[in-house]
Amino acid sequence: MLSQVYSHLDELTAVALFGIGFTLLLLDKNLMKKIIGFSMMDSGIYLFLASYGYIESRLAPIYAEDVSESSAYVNPLPAGLVLTGIVVGVSVTAVMLGLTIRLYERYHSLDIDEIAEKIRREGK
Amino acid sequence: MMTMTWWQNFPPFMIVAPLMCAAVCSVLKAKAARAVMLVLSALECCCMGVLLYFTQTRNLSFTFAMGEIGAPFGNELRVGAVEALVGLLFSLVMFLSLLGGWKQLEDDIAPNRMNLYGAVFCLLTAAMTAMTFTNDLFTAYVFIEISTIAACALILSRNMGWNMLAAARYMIMNLLGSGLFLLGLSMLYCLTGHLLFPQLGAAVRALAAENRYDMPLYLSFLLMTMGVAIKSALYPFHTWLPGAYSTSTAASSAILSSVVSKMYIFLLVKVFLRAAGVDVFTRRIEDVLFLYAFVGVIMGSVHAIRQRHMMRMIAYSSVAQIGYIFLGIALGTQAGFAAAVFHILAHSSAKSMLFLAGNRLQSAADGHDTFPALQGAAKKAPLAAFAFLIGALSLVGVPLLGGFASKVYLSQAAVALGGWRMVLVLADLLISTALNVGYLLRCALRLYRPTEKEETEHNPKTKDAPFAFAMGVLIVMNLGLGVFGGPVLRWIQQGIAIFM
Repeated sequence: MLSQVYSHLDELTAVALFGIGFTLLLLDKNLMKKIIGFSMMDSGIYLFLASYGYIESRLAPIYAEDVSESSAYVNPLPAGLVLTGIVVGVSVTAVMLGLTIRLYERYHSLDIDEIAEKIRREGK
Repeated sequence: MMTMTWWQNFPPFMIVAPLMCAAVCSVLKAKAARAVMLVLSALECCCMGVLLYFTQTRNLSFTFAMGEIGAPFGNELRVGAVEALVGLLFSLVMFLSLLGGWKQLEDDIAPNRMNLYGAVFCLLTAAMTAMTFTNDLFTAYVFIEISTIAACALILSRNMGWNMLAAARYMIMNLLGSGLFLLGLSMLYCLTGHLLFPQLGAAVRALAAENRYDMPLYLSFLLMTMGVAIKSALYPFHTWLPGAYSTSTAASSAILSSVVSKMYIFLLVKVFLRAAGVDVFTRRIEDVLFLYAFVGVIMGSVHAIRQRHMMRMIAYSSVAQIGYIFLGIALGTQAGFAAAVFHILAHSSAKSMLFLAGNRLQSAADGHDTFPALQGAAKKAPLAAFAFLIGALSLVGVPLLGGFASKVYLSQAAVALGGWRMVLVLADLLISTALNVGYLLRCALRLYRPTEKEETEHNPKTKDAPFAFAMGVLIVMNLGLGVFGGPVLRWIQQGIAIFM
């Protein structure tokens, strides 16, 4: 049992990160914490992809002079996916942060329910 | 390698051109940015039309390998009759929404921000085209996120508190959805080692035949389905929808309701038919989906009846209509998928018209959209009221209109399947048609009811040729889908048959 847990540590961590992030993004009222939750959720997935993409004792996918067979290298695609995912995640985070700043400047609160209440009272 | 003819080179340009236009738009003046939007969306329509003509008449599909790099490292686009048809409708609706909301666009958006609206519109065009054509799961994810950001900016087009709140809610729910989708696709990639649909489908079939990784495969498809369900507002994940659709400018509402949510569903259709390949995994998902869709069709209408504002009512009716589409998918047969795709077309052309006309009626009623305020609005905006009536009739399901045809095809698909699903689908259609009459026609009739008090000042009728043109084409589209529903459905069926 314990050895199984140990051998799947990466996946377990990834799933835990995803779960924590997902719950934060869904349930927390604070917009900043929601954004943090989103980052954690995405990091979980990147960890998952990256840990599957790496095979121990294989080389990084950069061509070396003396090693010609492709089985000596790891597949470069998962790393590429993770990098693309990070770029996407950064841009989404930026949009969310911008939105949060504008909401905060106007309503002086980060609590989404409180903001909704203030807008309702404002009536527009 | 098959030799490429001239029109087969269109797809990549149809994605790259809008991306470049988005970059250019951001530094243009307001007038030039609007011209770029209009020309770009018109061009997209023409290209889609050419693709549809060639793929349909020759009954073929083709893949465009980017840089001619094949699997497993390459990235491909695939175009067949279904993709071209759905893409044509989406780009047409975007073009017409722009025209129909042209005047509100000038009122709602400051001239110094129009260039940014243009950039976002172009980004959304690129995302729509890419998601319709792509043959690669990860590319689909990237463009899902691009469209999420673009849609968020479209909601924010009016600088009011409600819009900002709606955009924040939209982002939160949609990020949950795309997170689930990304996790599902990562798991699927780890299991199969492929991201391109044909190879992915083959690998999944091989694993299923050996009965290996049954649970992980099921889970990964389930996660992707849940992600798409949240992003396209299947009941009960619809909480972000009413605010997002009802508060933004006319063109934004029309595009969001009829293009953005539908392109995710079309992506799901592709995942089910091309990546899952076998119904070992999708069958179990479809049962769950069926339940949600069944409840959603009724609950969407019930929510719509309870609204006191017209725009929110139209938005809630989308929840019910999305339920129809998922009902078709959940049938799991080819006829069911064809009916679902047909309903995507029918609903897009009706709902965009309702939003554009509704917005115009709202401004005719001095910016109010409560039902008492709208009474007699038909007199002030006759064309908008007529278009609203046609759209309402189509959604209710009156013969000769698109909504009727799609209800017929959906029930035909259900009858062909038989069993408890048939009973439930027919019951669902019956109940929801009754409910639709209850709110859509009540609203439409209210527009035509004369007001008690005599209109003292008659504001001079302002000519709005773009709006009139957009309404005219949309009415013709609704009629066309109703009258020529048979041939269109056959195109879809032919296209789906060569999906594999």
